[in-house]
Amino acid sequence: MLILKCPYCGVSAEETEFTPGGEAHLTRYTSGSEDQAFTDYLFARKNPRGVHFERWRHVFGCGKWFHTARCTATLEVFGTYTGQTSTPPDNIIAVIKAKRPEWEGFK
Amino acid sequence: MSNAAFILNGAAFEGAVTVTEAGLRGMITLRGDLGSEAMEKAVKASVGVALPKQRKIKSGKRGAVAWMSPDELLLLVDYDQADMLVAKMKSILAEEHHLVVNVSDARSMFTLSGAGAREVLAKGAPVDLSHSVFGKGAIRRSRIGQIAAAFWTLDGEELEVVCFRSVGAFMYDWLSTAAAKGSLPEYL
Ligand SMILES: [Zn+2]
Repeated sequence: MLILKCPYCGVSAEETEFTPGGEAHLTRYTSGSEDQAFTDYLFARKNPRGVHFERWRHVFGCGKWFHTARCTATLEVFGTYTGQTSTPPDNIIAVIKAKRPEWEGFK
Repeated sequence: MSNAAFILNGAAFEGAVTVTEAGLRGMITLRGDLGSEAMEKAVKASVGVALPKQRKIKSGKRGAVAWMSPDELLLLVDYDQADMLVAKMKSILAEEHHLVVNVSDARSMFTLSGAGAREVLAKGAPVDLSHSVFGKGAIRRSRIGQIAAAFWTLDGEELEVVCFRSVGAFMYDWLSTAAAKGSLPEYL
C-alpha cells in the first residue's frame, strides 16, 4: 500500500484514492517522428529496479494530475510534486540522492 | 414542467446512527481563479461568506461554500435559489475565465447523525475521521466503499455526504448497512 501526498489538496491519502498514470517525463513520440524514436518510446523503456518517476491522479479527490518519485523495489515514496513540470524538481532529486547514493540519476 | 424530486423521497434509517436523505439542496459548481477579487465577490454575493481555505467548508446564513480543489468550489444554497445565483455569479465573473453550473439535480445528499457517525463513515472511507484531524468545518473528497463522495462536518458532530445522484440509492443502502444496530465498537 502506498501513501501519497497530493500536492494540490495537501492531504496524505492511501493508494485507492488515486489512479496511476504510468511513467512520467517521457517524450511522447508520435506521428511524424522517426520510427526508431517511436518504437523506443513505446517498447524500450528503461524500467530500472528502484527509483521511478510516475504520474498519478487524485481521482477520488481533487481530480488533479501530479508526479510521484518512488522506489519500485521497496515502495518507499521519495516525494510528490506538481504536474506542471517536465523534469523532477531539485528538492526531490536531493532526497533521492541522499537515500540512494548509488542511484544513476534522472535520464 | 415536472416537479423536482429527490431520489429516495427523504428516506431515513434508524440504526446505530441515523442516516437521512437530506432532500433537495441547491448545489453550484464554481471553477476559476480562487485568488481573484471577482471570485471572492461572487461567493460573497451568493452565500455571504468569504472563501474557505484548503479542505474547509464555511457556512453563513444563506448557505455554505466548500473547497473542492485549488480551482473549484462547491456552493450549497437553497434549491430554488440556485439558478438565480448562477446568473448573478456569471455576471460578476464575466470578465474572467470561469465556470459556474447548477448541479443540484446531479447530486444526492445524506446526513449521518448520532455519536457513531464517524465510525460508520470510517468503515468505507480511507480517511482519518478523528475529531482532531477532521474537525469542525473540514471537508474531504474521497470515496465511500467504491463510490466517489465528498463529506464534511459543519458543527463537528453531524456529517453530511454528497455523491452523484446516479449512485444515490446505492449510497443510502451502503450507509444504512454500515449503520446497522450493534455494528459499532463498544467504546462509543
Ligand atoms: Zn488532491
